[in-house]
Amino acid sequence: MTALVEIEDLTVRFSGERTVHAINGVSLSVAKGEVLALLGESGSGKSVTLKSIMQLLPGRRTQIGGRIRFDGRDVLALKGRALADFRGRDVAMIFQDPSLALDPVYSIGTQIAETVIRHEGVSRVAARSRALDMLKRVRIPSAERRLDNYPHEMSGGMRQRAMIALALACGPRLLLADEPTTALDATVQMQVLLLLRELQQEMDMSVIFVTHDIGVAVEIADRVAVMYAGTIVETGTISQIIKDPRHPYTKGLLAANLHGAVKGSRLDAIPGAPPTLEEPPTSCPFAPRCPSALPVCREARPPLVNRGPGRAVACVLEQEPAI
Amino acid sequence: MSASNTLSIAPSLADVGGPAQPLITARDLTCHFPVRSGTFAPKKVVRAVDGIDFTIRKGETLGVVGESGCGKSTTARLLIGLVPVTGGKIIYDGQELGADLSLRNLRRGVQMVFQDSFASLNPRLTIEETIAFGPKVNGVPQAEALAIARDLLDRIGLDPARFAGRYPHELSGGQRQRVNIGRALAMRPRLLILDEAVSALDKSVEAQVLNLLDDLRRDFDLTYMFISHDLNVVRFISDRLMVMYLGEIVEVGPAEALYHKQAHPYTAALFAAMPSMDPDARTQVPPLAGDPPNPIDPPSGCRFHTRCPQASAVCGMTRPKVTTLGPGHQVACHLHDPNSGHPEATT
Repeated sequence: MTALVEIEDLTVRFSGERTVHAINGVSLSVAKGEVLALLGESGSGKSVTLKSIMQLLPGRRTQIGGRIRFDGRDVLALKGRALADFRGRDVAMIFQDPSLALDPVYSIGTQIAETVIRHEGVSRVAARSRALDMLKRVRIPSAERRLDNYPHEMSGGMRQRAMIALALACGPRLLLADEPTTALDATVQMQVLLLLRELQQEMDMSVIFVTHDIGVAVEIADRVAVMYAGTIVETGTISQIIKDPRHPYTKGLLAANLHGAVKGSRLDAIPGAPPTLEEPPTSCPFAPRCPSALPVCREARPPLVNRGPGRAVACVLEQEPAI
Repeated sequence: MSASNTLSIAPSLADVGGPAQPLITARDLTCHFPVRSGTFAPKKVVRAVDGIDFTIRKGETLGVVGESGCGKSTTARLLIGLVPVTGGKIIYDGQELGADLSLRNLRRGVQMVFQDSFASLNPRLTIEETIAFGPKVNGVPQAEALAIARDLLDRIGLDPARFAGRYPHELSGGQRQRVNIGRALAMRPRLLILDEAVSALDKSVEAQVLNLLDDLRRDFDLTYMFISHDLNVVRFISDRLMVMYLGEIVEVGPAEALYHKQAHPYTAALFAAMPSMDPDARTQVPPLAGDPPNPIDPPSGCRFHTRCPQASAVCGMTRPKVTTLGPGHQVACHLHDPNSGHPEATT
């Protein structure tokens, strides 16, 4: 498998009233046709990672370091027209709240057609028939009629489908999904997850799927990268992460998921709260909350150590050879 | 009353009917909101809660689940008088609201915690003042109210010496939600309504707050009404489960039993929509098609029939009767009523 996206030692710092070290050395690669889930809590840097790929972060307040390569090209060097060509054609993004992501004053059909015309230079009629085709592919009922609907005329699940249709209209090779099912009801969430899975296979797309819900990751991801305080603490296939979590934070997250927790039992909650990241972490960022922290954890940041193909853990407990 | 209780005020409203009398009884409870889409458009009505009957027993935790727009939050708001009742009765420990019990007194016995921990706190009060506010308004002297607040801060896991003087924006989401719980408890209520109270928290913090709720329930002899969309959380905390769909109750039963076997097709679909947590056995078929219909013009007969995989002709015509399946287990579905005329009905 060849990597479509390679992120090397990405750092993102926001300055302003308060400095925040949002990403502190993230390295990732996503293969062609692979679904990678970025799993973590709020503030762990998962959305910022996605937005760095799209260059959606506010330029003047953001310092980005490291490299992002898409199919061999340096993404961070893209500017102006080249960046506009890249967004929407090579890489598309879907968001948590479709009512904020869609334009309220244009109909769904017009918005999809606009994207197709911009990237492929086809006629209005051809673009509109592509829009209709996309609405059918995301299984919006009576698609012809919905083409002329405005976003406010649709239900939440339907709007999310429309946003997926818009994102996929130009056949991107990479889809960035930022918690696209979090705001949906459980029954609708499952419909959208199944749809995304199907379209991903049909179009042989790579997907980076950001979620805080390990259950959602199980349904959609091939591989998972667990993030904490702007770093990756563990990566592995979804089975490895679920069945054999190595990092204490991953173990804690799984225990806190409550899957199968029976009434009256005590939950193994991770104590405390994540760090505020005003300083970049110089020691293991999880050490203050970690049940198995050692003095060495507070001295230096543990490197992400490879534990087999595609499997890596950033924890001192994993550095000795496994017995 | 628990031995560790050091608070100087007793429960605001003393027990009246003994343990067998339900703490809350709702009879034919209805809440309709008028809406008008344009100046000349005809008046329409959102049937947010449409004639529901239920009880909350003393000391239990009642979990309420359903999709958005099913009326679970409106039901909670009715119980505490935040939205006007269109019809029906609310009976608190044998006393009917409006007849035997004033709203002011009801609110001493019933308190609520909301989803948005920031929006529900006054940004200009320190958290100590916030917690002391309720008792003060209800006639507790200032010094005593502050002592109650500090004691509660200690109980909810926030060291009074460090936290008492802080403002809401200086706290994390989990800490703020602890303050909201503390403020609700300052009135010494007997029923605490938790409306998606842990939904906005990160998973690791959510587990901490759930453990806290479990401790407080025992220490303060509380009854909970727990509203959530996360069935894992609801299973963990609830004794009984109430499932709502478009303003109606479709099934009520013991939580653990419902978790293993659901009688109503809608309940079954909700449980089927839970992620499988097994990458080798992913969900293959969506449990339900489409979104919930609009509560302005709900479907006729059984309101679920438009999405139900087992619907037959009778479901679109007749409203299903409530059938009792076992102790405390009721379902409103033609499939379980032998005389309903549904071809697949159990006999």
